[in-house]
Amino acid sequence: MAVVTARPPVRRSHPGAARRAVGRNLTAYGFLCGALICFAFFSWYPMIREVVLSFQQTNFVDPPRWVGLENFRTVFADPAFRSAWLNTAAFSGLALIVGYAIPFVLAVVLNELRHAKAYLRFVVYLPVMLPPAVGVLLFKWFYDPGAGLFNQVLDVFHLPPLSWLDSTSTALISLVIVSTWMNLGTGTLIYLAALQSIPGDLYESAELDGAGLFRRVWHVTVPQTKLILLVMLLLQVVATMQVFIEPYLLTGGGPENATVTVAYLMYQYAFNFGDFGGGGALGLMLMVVLMVFSAIYLRVSRDNQN
Amino acid sequence: MRTTSHRRALGLLLVAGLGLVASSCGSGDDEPAAQSSGGADAKVTITVGCQPPKSNPKERTAWDEDVAEFQKLHPNITIESKDAFPCINPDTFQAKLAGGTQEDLFYVYYTDVQKIIKARQAADISEYVGSVKTLKDLRPDVLGVFKDGDKTYGLPRTNYNMGLVYNRKLFTQAGLDPNSPPKTWAEVHEAAKKIAGLGAGHVGFGEYSAGNTGGWHFAASLYARGGTMVSEDGKSAAFNSAEGKAVLENLKQMRWNDNSMGSKQLLQWEDLMRMMGAGKLGMMIGAPDVVQSVNNDFQGKFEDYGVTVVPESEGKASLAGGDGYMFNPKASPDKIKAGLLWLEFHELTPGEGQFNYQRSKAQGRPVGLPIPDLYGDTPPGKEITALRKQYATVPVEHFAPYANAQTSITNKLEPPKAQELYAVLDVAMSAVLTRKDADIDKLLADAEAKANKILERNS
Repeated sequence: MAVVTARPPVRRSHPGAARRAVGRNLTAYGFLCGALICFAFFSWYPMIREVVLSFQQTNFVDPPRWVGLENFRTVFADPAFRSAWLNTAAFSGLALIVGYAIPFVLAVVLNELRHAKAYLRFVVYLPVMLPPAVGVLLFKWFYDPGAGLFNQVLDVFHLPPLSWLDSTSTALISLVIVSTWMNLGTGTLIYLAALQSIPGDLYESAELDGAGLFRRVWHVTVPQTKLILLVMLLLQVVATMQVFIEPYLLTGGGPENATVTVAYLMYQYAFNFGDFGGGGALGLMLMVVLMVFSAIYLRVSRDNQN
Repeated sequence: MRTTSHRRALGLLLVAGLGLVASSCGSGDDEPAAQSSGGADAKVTITVGCQPPKSNPKERTAWDEDVAEFQKLHPNITIESKDAFPCINPDTFQAKLAGGTQEDLFYVYYTDVQKIIKARQAADISEYVGSVKTLKDLRPDVLGVFKDGDKTYGLPRTNYNMGLVYNRKLFTQAGLDPNSPPKTWAEVHEAAKKIAGLGAGHVGFGEYSAGNTGGWHFAASLYARGGTMVSEDGKSAAFNSAEGKAVLENLKQMRWNDNSMGSKQLLQWEDLMRMMGAGKLGMMIGAPDVVQSVNNDFQGKFEDYGVTVVPESEGKASLAGGDGYMFNPKASPDKIKAGLLWLEFHELTPGEGQFNYQRSKAQGRPVGLPIPDLYGDTPPGKEITALRKQYATVPVEHFAPYANAQTSITNKLEPPKAQELYAVLDVAMSAVLTRKDADIDKLLADAEAKANKILERNS
């Protein structure tokens, strides 16, 4: 029996056809060129530079000095190093628990709604339009232990006020809540798009079989969106592990280093301590970890395409 | 084959394009030698940082007038002013240096000076600085900020040391005498309790504990008590001492026993300023420049505030701060000479530039704060004090307790690796202010171990 390969046969194109194709797509290449230059400058070059920096000591005046693994040894010896990685992992974990399910549930609810659909979608997406710094500072006010909105709400229910950002036990989760709220709209929108691509007849069949809302979600929606759920999971891990703006603006890494993250520590090294080598070393470590997740993501999306 | 060559050509085009853009982005500042060979009257253009921003029109007008006057006096020199608020953003310092956009004469805080010298990111101006007429009168401790051994790397613009800033209006409201500010920490406790008792939102005493500012204020309180951050040789931490413990015990008492520090913590630089400006904060550690900032940027009114020395600090040391200018390490000798002439004119001459109090008064700008103090009791110092008194527009008596103590207080500079040590001590400060059961001995011991590692790396 012949083995069927998944690989498509290689198509040999005619040289003249190729030239015509290039000519036809010249405008497209022009546009692509701009994007490539931007990517090269603002993404790839800094990335390569960062890798180089992590093995150097530089003052940006004299030629940089190669120091081997010294920058890595320095950051390893930093007492905040362990806290930073633990907090980053905890933040990502909490963000998955809190922030992963909510947009999906919201998308399901929005998809099931018959009235005010467009309005509610707009409302859910609205926070995404807010500049992140504004969103974070808004929450700073919400978290105020005295006049803050959250403690006022607790007070209505005769519950004791919480120290939100000022306690080692609640600070990190408070940052997760901010992050979840700010990214809610994007996640919901992506899930909604995925939900709408599910053929309606599947639901009709399920309804004919007597399935209620919960069973329809469990037996139709979840299997049909399995792949997008997985992709979003990976994207969320990659995004949350780079958390910076929340600890930078809300807690300054405190209390007692409870919210120091790898990205925040990296910033401290580079800009507070003027040690770009140390910052680069931390950045490289984070990049390697994120590359693993990115590789899984690419694999999953490729499998999907195939 | 053709496809391949097309691809290769396209690839080459892209690479060449990238290369072109890259080279066009290079600095235009890489030719220091071009202008360095001329004599004293050679044409020279210098870029100078910290021109007041457009949002501060009175100060900007004064600056621009000074530039015009200076250029009239020195027709061969052109000043290209660069504005920014704040004058320096540590985040962009390294990037500007790397990108070649750092000014020839760049603005710097005292906190960063030694770091910049050690990193060899400033030009050595020892050879030229003798031309500044008032150099010999500058306070040695202030000039010392910009020195490493016998080499000089910059000149000061302002200088101050820490005190206790208080809100006189709140003092009156709380039944306290604003003309008799607290002299002991026990008196601070009493005053703080009364101010906090004014009602919701009022905080008696505020303190930082995040973004390295907690460690910075820990050092200020420690110095005022006679303690020190590092050993004489700078190789080990010295803050785990009776004085260090007293700083944290004191805060713990006010935060948890007196409930006079408010429940919101993890405060950073602008938080206390904002609270001061809004009239909600009674007292904080800070220099007279806090009042200036609260007045200029946080809607406070000069007359509502007073400054005194840090309690119980008479005759001891006070953490000193300030700012000044350093020179781009790539600046040519001519640029350095021109820059020194400008600094002498604008920052260091009584009656001129920043000390032109007559103009400040005419412009309706506040005059009378006991800062900066660059010359101490020397002739230029006396002249500046007299001019300040002559044109005073703010109630100078509100700052008298601070000003009068200056003769007996020693300015003490920040420790080596200041930012790293401050980051370590943020942990202890935030612990004491956010956790009732914080173990001060353990916090200080942990911080000491961490600081020793940092200092060991330094040495």
